[in-house]
Order: sequence, then structure tokens, then C-alpha cells
Amino acid sequence: MIAKLNPSAQSALLSLALFFFGLLLWHLLTVQPDTGPSATVLTVAEREQLVSLGMIEPDIDYYANEGIAFPQLEQIAGLGLSREVIEGAGGIQALGIAAVGADSPPAPGSLFPSPMQIGDALWAAVTDPFYVAGTNDMGLGIQMGYSLARVALGYFLAALVAIPLGFAIGMSPLVYQALDPYIQVLKPISPLAWMPIALFTIGDSEISSIFVIFICSLWPMLINTAFGVATVRKEWLNVAKTLEVSALRTAFRVILPAAAPTILTGMRISIGIAWLVIVAAEMLVGGTGIGYVVWNEWNGLRLDRMIVAILLIGVVGMLLDMALARAARLVAYVD
Amino acid sequence: MTATPVRLPISNAAGETVSNMASRPARKMIQIEALERRFPNPNGKGETQVFGDVNFTAHEGEFVCLIGHSGCGKTTLLNILAGLDKPSSGYVFVDGKEVSGPSLDRAVVFQGHALMPWMTAMGNIEFAVKSRWRNWSKAKAIEQCQKYIDMVHLTGSESKKPAQLSGGMKQRVGIARAFSIEPKILLMDEPFSALDALTRGSLQDELVSICQATNQTVFMITHDVDEAILLADRIVLMTNGPRARLCEIVENTLPGDRTRSDMHTHPNYYPMRNHLLEFLVNRSKTFAKEIAADGFDPRNPPVARPQAGAQAATRLSAASDNQSATTEKKAS
Ligand SMILES: Nc1ncnc2c1ncn2[C@@H]1O[C@H](COP(=O)(O)OP(=O)(O)OP(=O)(O)O)[C@@H](O)[C@H]1O
Ligand SMILES: [Mg+2]
Repeated sequence: MIAKLNPSAQSALLSLALFFFGLLLWHLLTVQPDTGPSATVLTVAEREQLVSLGMIEPDIDYYANEGIAFPQLEQIAGLGLSREVIEGAGGIQALGIAAVGADSPPAPGSLFPSPMQIGDALWAAVTDPFYVAGTNDMGLGIQMGYSLARVALGYFLAALVAIPLGFAIGMSPLVYQALDPYIQVLKPISPLAWMPIALFTIGDSEISSIFVIFICSLWPMLINTAFGVATVRKEWLNVAKTLEVSALRTAFRVILPAAAPTILTGMRISIGIAWLVIVAAEMLVGGTGIGYVVWNEWNGLRLDRMIVAILLIGVVGMLLDMALARAARLVAYVD
Repeated sequence: MTATPVRLPISNAAGETVSNMASRPARKMIQIEALERRFPNPNGKGETQVFGDVNFTAHEGEFVCLIGHSGCGKTTLLNILAGLDKPSSGYVFVDGKEVSGPSLDRAVVFQGHALMPWMTAMGNIEFAVKSRWRNWSKAKAIEQCQKYIDMVHLTGSESKKPAQLSGGMKQRVGIARAFSIEPKILLMDEPFSALDALTRGSLQDELVSICQATNQTVFMITHDVDEAILLADRIVLMTNGPRARLCEIVENTLPGDRTRSDMHTHPNYYPMRNHLLEFLVNRSKTFAKEIAADGFDPRNPPVARPQAGAQAATRLSAASDNQSATTEKKAS
């Protein structure tokens, strides 16, 4: 039956199957075992103490099995009431005794949210993306907006510098040879290594993170533009020359369209890097942005919301890439 | 089109040679003098001469073909004529002025079609037309483009991109682009070599009719002997490179109204063809010896007129032709 479907439907089906399998696995790994809380182990002295306070042995065993610690047991015993009476009054919590193991840290791993919790958090984030409830508590839409604005600004500035400069490098072997050593040294520097320099020289953390986006978006665009311009087919340039086309018109009507697919490839690489870097930069700088959300939720151990933020980073990154892929298709040509 | 055949009769129907010099207007469109091109060797030591000592003149309305083996420097020569390349020494004059760079006076049909793949067929031609007449309105430019698209029978394919066109159609767009700017001289580098025989034939016919209608001066490179016989008034033969020489100029002895279908029946066809093939097969390699034997003067390359019943005389006539060639060359 599956074999009858066309390949894209087959792959969609497979993707879906993998998704549900992953979800199931996740669910099974994160589900709380129904064995209840671990029992409190009482020393003989403690037991005698409780008995002396008037608590009967079956009740001691019951509460100990529930995981109630000795100090609370002492409190319960101090009430001088039997278990039936306490339960009839609404349980020990109702009588002002702290709940089971409330201030003891949970076992590691048991905190990791299940798919259902993530689903709830995702629903909450998606249905109310723009709320503002304080500087540390804003809707993911707003935080995403901050990140996107930074990326857009840094990226736009980088394009503004890289494309004309790439043109100059691509068209002039002299400029190429003069700038090549700098490009080769600056290009491999991790964008985050720029952060301290930016913070020190610029000071403002906002501008610093935009600068980091700028510097990391610059190189792929610059190098691809230069390469695209330098490798424009000589034939096309000769056509322009024999038609006595001005340099400016040649640049816009011949070189730019000829190099556009290569330039767009560079821009696509850049936007991917910029999106990777903004998350890291915002973690460092803090304040606002989706990267800061991830860091903040982690510090607050709200893992469900952290995972939702991570998921949305992936989705937005994918959308950015798709947008540039579409733009690339617009300028592509078959030679 | 009111096509009065403008092609100058080189010989009349009886095969009797008519003096070109007398019937041809004196206007010299292309003058090549002592032209030489050297390229630096790949190992960086010294230079290799591709060709040298090339002297040649073409007149207005003349169709000249250049034949030579691959690598003898035909494209290099054409690029120099186009102004895309500079000679190492020597001069090229076009319409009396020395060539200093590319010009709209000289349109080039490149060895590859050289169409811009991101523009439509119309867009490619419009780019040329708009470059030629910068202040023309869009409508006027489109009208001019359409005229030449129709001329090469591409009506209906205006909005197709080069990738959507067949090889022959691409080449025709390239030809239409070159013609559309109404140049003084058309330079063509093996425009039909990538095409099948059928397409090539119909394009050759189109080219003949366009050239006759416009009295176009054409300089064309080809490998195809039949093509040269059909199209050319004169055929320039180049020896093998490196150090290629312009070895001989063959005047076409077939009547001016020859067509692709009937030229084979003319008595001068086989003498022409055999002469050219003989050159390509043997003489292009052994020309150095010929120079030594004949006292070859590069400034006045021999002129051959292969005709029926005069095979033996062909070479002999070359010597006497040198006189007329001399007067032609050194008129100035
Ligand atoms: N830019 C260049 N640098 C160095 N050598 C060159 C250059 N251009 C051409 N040549 C050399 O000059 C010679 C002639 O080249 P050209 O392209 O003119 O040949 P061609 O006669 O047009 O050949 P074909 O019939 O194959 O097109 C070749 O040996 C080639 O290697
Ligand atoms: Mg060539």
C-alpha cells in the first residue's frame, strides 16, 4: 500500500512515523513511575519517639511509606489524632503540615518535561505571544521580535558593506590581493570572540550584539560576491564591451544578474550563521531576545518553556532559510 | 524586402573572371597591416607568436571568410578586429580609423552564442538596441528588436529564455542581436559550427538574404569549406599556428547568385572546393617550404582564382595577381 503512494507522500509518512515514534519514546522516558514517593526510613530511636507521642505503629508505617519525613511525622504525632480523623479533616496538608517532600530536591531527570507539558507550554506561547508581564516575563513573540530585529539590522548593514566591497574585490585583482590577507585572518574568528572587543569598544550591549551579527554575516556575503563577480563569463562582458555599455550599466545589467545566484548563496549562508550567533550573543548579553529566554528559563528550571523557545528558534531559522532560498530561485538562471 | 542582389559578381556565369577592383567602390572597411599577436608562454619565459605579418583589406559590402585549422589564431584575430584584444604590433583600421577599442560600429557574433541567460530573447536584443540608441523610447526599441527577430524567423519566441531555445535558435538570437544595432561591420566567429546541417543551411540562407538586403560588410570565421564557398566573396587562408601566416586569398569564382542547392552544379565548384581542401589537408602544414621556394611577400599574399579547366593555372595566376594586389594595397 505504501509503495503505491508517490515518493513525497512516502517521505511525509515516514517523517510523521518518526515524529510519533520520537514522541512516544520521549513520553516513556519522562513519564513519572507510579510507585509513589520513596519511603522514609526511620531509625529505631525516631520510631520510639513517635510511639511515645501516641502514634500507633500502622500509622507510622503508612506515613513513612508516603515519604513523610521525621519532623513532619513528629508534628502529626503531636496532633494526637488518628489517621482516620486526619483524613476525614482533609489530610495532613489541610492541617498545616507541609506536603510530602516539598523542600527536598527532586531526583535528577524527573524534572524533564513530558511531551504533554511541552504541548501545553507551546499552546500557551502560541496563543499569547505578545504579553508583557515584566522585564523577565514577556511573550515569545516579543522576544523573537527583538532577536529578529537585531539580526535584520546587523545583516542588512553587512549586506550594505559586503556587496559593494565584494564587487570591488571581484572586479579588481589589485583590490583582491590587497584585501585578501585581512579577509583570510578575520574570517575564521568565531563571532563570539568579537563580543568582548565589541563590548569594550562600543560599550552598549545592544549595539554590540548587532555588531557581532554584522561581522559574522559579512564574510560569506563578501567572499561569495567577490567570487561571483570575478567569475562572470568573459563572453558576457565582451558583449557589453562591444556594445559600448557604460561601466555602471554593465555592473547592474550584466555583472549583478550574472553573479546574483552566487551572491544569494552567500546571503543564505550568512543568515544561517547570523541566526546561530544571535542566540549565543543574547545568552551572553542578556536582557531581551529569544536567546536570553532560553537562558532565563534554564536558570528558572522552567524546562518546558525553554524547550518551546528552542523549538521556535529552529522554526524561525528554517523560515529565514526558506525565504532566502525562494529569493535565490527568483534570480537563478539556467545557463 | 526589395532584394536586389548586392553581392558583387566575382565572375560571370561563363566562369570568366571579372576584375573586382574595377567594379568595387574604393571604400576600405577593414585594413590590417603587419599585424602580429604574441602571448606569453605558460612557463613565464618568453613569448610565442600566434600569428604575424598579416596584411589584408576588405571593402564595403564584401563578405570575407577566414579559414584555418584550430588554434591558428582566428578568434584572436577577430578579437583584435573587434577591439577586445590588442595586437602586439601592427595596425587595424576600420573605415579609415585605427581601432582603439570595441565599438558599436563592429558587431560580434561570438563563437559560443554569448546570450545572457537571465534575459529573454527579446531582452537580449533589446539590451543591444538600447545600448546603440540610448534615448530611444521603449516602444521604438521593441519595434527595432521585433524587426530583427522576424528577420531570423524567431517570431513567437520573443519571451523565451536562452535555456528554452534550441542551439540553432540561440545562434539566431545572437545573429539578430548583432544585426539589430546596424553595424558597419559584422564579425562572426564560427556562428554555425555547433549546429546540425539542416539548421545551418537555413541560417546560411537567411544570412545571405540579410547581407544582400543591407550590403553588409562581413568578416566570418569558419571551418566549413562549403559554407565559405556559399557565403564568401573572398576566402582568407591561414596556416597552422603557432607562427601562423596569412598564406593566400582565394577569390570566389562562383556566380553571385549561387544558392546552397545549385552551387554544386557549377563547373567552378569543385575546383574551388578542391583548392580549399588541398590547402587545409596539405598546404597549411607545409607552407613554410612554399615560402622558401616562392619568395612569398607577406604584404601581398598571392590571390588564387580556382576555375574549371585551369587547375594548373591557379597557382600561376597567383603570381600575376600580386601586381593588382600590390596596386590595391599600396594605393595610399
Ligand atoms: N589569452 C591567451 N593567453 C595565451 N594564449 C592564448 C590566449 N588566447 C589564445 N591563445 C593561444 O592562441 C592560439 C590561437 O587561439 P585562438 O582561440 O585564436 O584559435 P582559433 O584559431 O580561434 O581556434 P578554434 O578554431 O579552435 O576556435 C592558441 O594556441 C591559444 O592557445
Ligand atoms: Mg576560435
